[in-house]
Amino acid sequence: MNEYELVIGMEIHVELKTESGMFCGCKNDQSLDKKPNIYTCPVCLGLPGALPVPNKKAIDWTIMLGLALGSEISEVSKFDRKHYFYPDLPKGYQISQYDMPLCVGGFVDTSFGRVRLHRIHLEEDTGTLKHTTLDGKRVSLVDFNRSGTPLVEIVTEPDIHSSAQAIEFLKKLHQIVRFVGISDADMEKGSMRLEPNISVRVKGSTELPQYKVEVKNINSFKFAAAAIEYEFKRHVALLEDGKIPVQETRGWNEDKNATVSQRVKEGASDYRYFPEPDIPPLRFSKEYINNLKSKIPESAQEKAQRYINEYKLSKAQCVGVITTPEFSNIFELMVVEGTKTSGVTASDVANWLINKKSSMANLSPEEFITKLIEESKTVAVSDDELNKIIKSVLFENEKAVTDYKSGKETVIMFLVGKVRAQLKIDTARILSALKKELIS
Amino acid sequence: MNKNLLDLSILELSERLKTKSISSVELVTESYQRMEASEPIIHAAITIRDKKEALGKAKNADETRKTDSHPLHGIPYVVKDAYLTKGMRTTAASKILDNYIPPYNATVIDRLEKCGAILIGKMNMDAWGHGASTENTDYPVTKNPWDTTRSAGGSGGGPAAAVALRYVPFAIGEDTGGSIRFPASWCGITALKVTYGRVSRYGAIAYASSLDSVGPTAKTTEDCAVVLEAIAGIDPYDATSSPHPVDKYVQGIKVSIKGKRIAFPLEYYKEGLDPEIKTAIIKAREQFVSLGAIVEDVFMPLLEFGVPVYYILAPSETSSNLGRYDGVRYGGTRELFTKETRRRILTGTYALSSGYYDAYYKKAQKARSVFIQNYTEILSKYDAILSPVTTISATKFGELLDDPVTNMMMDVYNVTVNIVGVPSLALPCGFTQKGLPIGMQIIGNMYGEKTLVSLGASYQAVTDWHKKIPRGENS
Repeated sequence: MNEYELVIGMEIHVELKTESGMFCGCKNDQSLDKKPNIYTCPVCLGLPGALPVPNKKAIDWTIMLGLALGSEISEVSKFDRKHYFYPDLPKGYQISQYDMPLCVGGFVDTSFGRVRLHRIHLEEDTGTLKHTTLDGKRVSLVDFNRSGTPLVEIVTEPDIHSSAQAIEFLKKLHQIVRFVGISDADMEKGSMRLEPNISVRVKGSTELPQYKVEVKNINSFKFAAAAIEYEFKRHVALLEDGKIPVQETRGWNEDKNATVSQRVKEGASDYRYFPEPDIPPLRFSKEYINNLKSKIPESAQEKAQRYINEYKLSKAQCVGVITTPEFSNIFELMVVEGTKTSGVTASDVANWLINKKSSMANLSPEEFITKLIEESKTVAVSDDELNKIIKSVLFENEKAVTDYKSGKETVIMFLVGKVRAQLKIDTARILSALKKELIS
Repeated sequence: MNKNLLDLSILELSERLKTKSISSVELVTESYQRMEASEPIIHAAITIRDKKEALGKAKNADETRKTDSHPLHGIPYVVKDAYLTKGMRTTAASKILDNYIPPYNATVIDRLEKCGAILIGKMNMDAWGHGASTENTDYPVTKNPWDTTRSAGGSGGGPAAAVALRYVPFAIGEDTGGSIRFPASWCGITALKVTYGRVSRYGAIAYASSLDSVGPTAKTTEDCAVVLEAIAGIDPYDATSSPHPVDKYVQGIKVSIKGKRIAFPLEYYKEGLDPEIKTAIIKAREQFVSLGAIVEDVFMPLLEFGVPVYYILAPSETSSNLGRYDGVRYGGTRELFTKETRRRILTGTYALSSGYYDAYYKKAQKARSVFIQNYTEILSKYDAILSPVTTISATKFGELLDDPVTNMMMDVYNVTVNIVGVPSLALPCGFTQKGLPIGMQIIGNMYGEKTLVSLGASYQAVTDWHKKIPRGENS
């Protein structure tokens, strides 16, 4: 059997969280539980006579994302019409960008190597279809709430060669998008959508395979990895049989844990692109782009460097508190409050936040610090006191002790929990005391 | 009792309304009397507003009029049925939209409404603007008020016939390749194709977005200037509308044209042009000279390429713009597109297809740049270009419908104006021996509408072609 490798290019769609739509004033509300067709107007419904007016903020944000990803920003750009018929596309064309995208190139570095970006462009999202039964009839309903939401498309070069690399790339990209502050990039809500284009070749070959399979409907990193692994095995089996996988679009089926064929593309689609005559071409001066550059918020990397320098945090602590821009903001507010109040250090705050993320992060900085100090007091528990409680816990949980001694070491965490229920102190301290007691 | 109030100019009517010597109710009543008398034969309108409703508006205008009310306050008007009117059926003369009631107003309608003008009808056209005779309408064909066996021109034959018959003091037309100027010339009235971006296109059913323009048609240049001043200006709903300041166009009427330089392109007056039209425009040239203007012969050799370039750009854009009428959301299915519209959709779809795009659409866009260069060069030396509007005067019905190529060539003098985006004023300059109106056009610089108003008004001050009124219902 030959040795094979994956060749993956990724298309990522990100909905921007602007106040209004891409080409109209409708509210851009990406929550899932709203009534259908409440945010619509002549423009996003594609009524006769309606005209698109581009959202300046969406354009600026796309450029900022490009700058954050090392893209070259086009000094002249334009919108184009991409034609196809589908009931969720009311004009019969989508306003997108064809040959002059806002951003060209760029990259994301992974531990497996650099993933180059091909381009980043801006377009409008479509409506959504709901297939259901109404009064006993099978119907397809169209909801135009999403129609006209600003949508950024990021396209990579085929530089990804494993599911692990794909996930690392996606997580980094996700973090960059979040930290530029332009999208919630919530995959469950569909505000970030992943479409890997997967092919497989014999390892060592440098040529692009003559086919690719696009996988849609992926709403988590985990499923992206699963879909890539599934496809890899499927393609390898076919290639080993001397067959070439069919060029097609497949969908990830969560229940079957498999991809299923959706649509076989017969040749290239003809979208009859032409420049959108309703929107004049866009021109950006160097000053304009530089000004946008200065507006990009601190990246996760920059933050980590600052935390290490200013707050003396460890790298691991940085990873823990820089999960999302919101969480790192909470962290910084609490650090300020902590140093103001007492000798609580940034490192203390980081540890507490990381350990008790869910219960503490929602408190105000003042409440948090008060609670932190209060609970820290209990650290003044004596070793005797601790050992007394440990002994009683071991006595009451004889079976767990036996399990532990017979090699089932994970059971120790159960015992740690029992101790902590009585004594709110540092887990590490309980653990080491418990181990000592169990050995003796 | 018909007082012929509608023969007066807009400014005269406004003056009389303000001094209360007449009322809007009288004006609107006269409009309906004229429509009732002529419409059974002429078919200028597709939809006429309920008379009681219009009279209600007129009564309200009379009650709210102040001395500083806008000159259009209480003045009735009509629009080509390409403009969306909230609550009033809008068809673009196609059965596909036969029962389409828009939920919003076009910007031009909103602006006129704000001035107090009273919309009384939606006028006939070639469906979607596709044609030059109004014969491609899905409704009864508009007749030429000067000879009802002949076409009123197109695509806006309805608004032109309505103004010629003095249903109303003015109408709003839509010009993509001559659709305001062409029927105005065949019907003997004045019309202004504005600079691209001068008037908002929001709410105008798109034919070819990069060529479409919204403008007035009326009895005189002065009336067109009054309306233009009301409708011009940037619109946040149209990204192609221009922030260029809006002039006091009406003041242009009194500006002398002494020393104004007019170009006379020799290629425009060669074979293909009806000698009667040529003679009439040469006479007008002499009148401009006697008014103090300087008219010089120039060469503009690109004329013949205008129609081929237009018939790539316009169908391409229309094939895209009409994609939404797929039979899902609007009543009628695609089978209801006329032959002419199908021809244009097919041509445009072909021109935009991959593999053909570079050879057709892209090449046409390049040609567009060449036209812009050519016009810019001439208009940097001259204030205006004097051109015919049509090669021949009004044809008999069927003549153009049966001959699509001749139909296309009819707009040879008009299409390059839209391709370049400059403004042009079309106005009557004579009659043929058969008694049919002849028009000419004065093409100006980008945003040079005020100069065109001066030229047109000076000419109309010494001529009376624009005062001739057709017999309409009696012919």
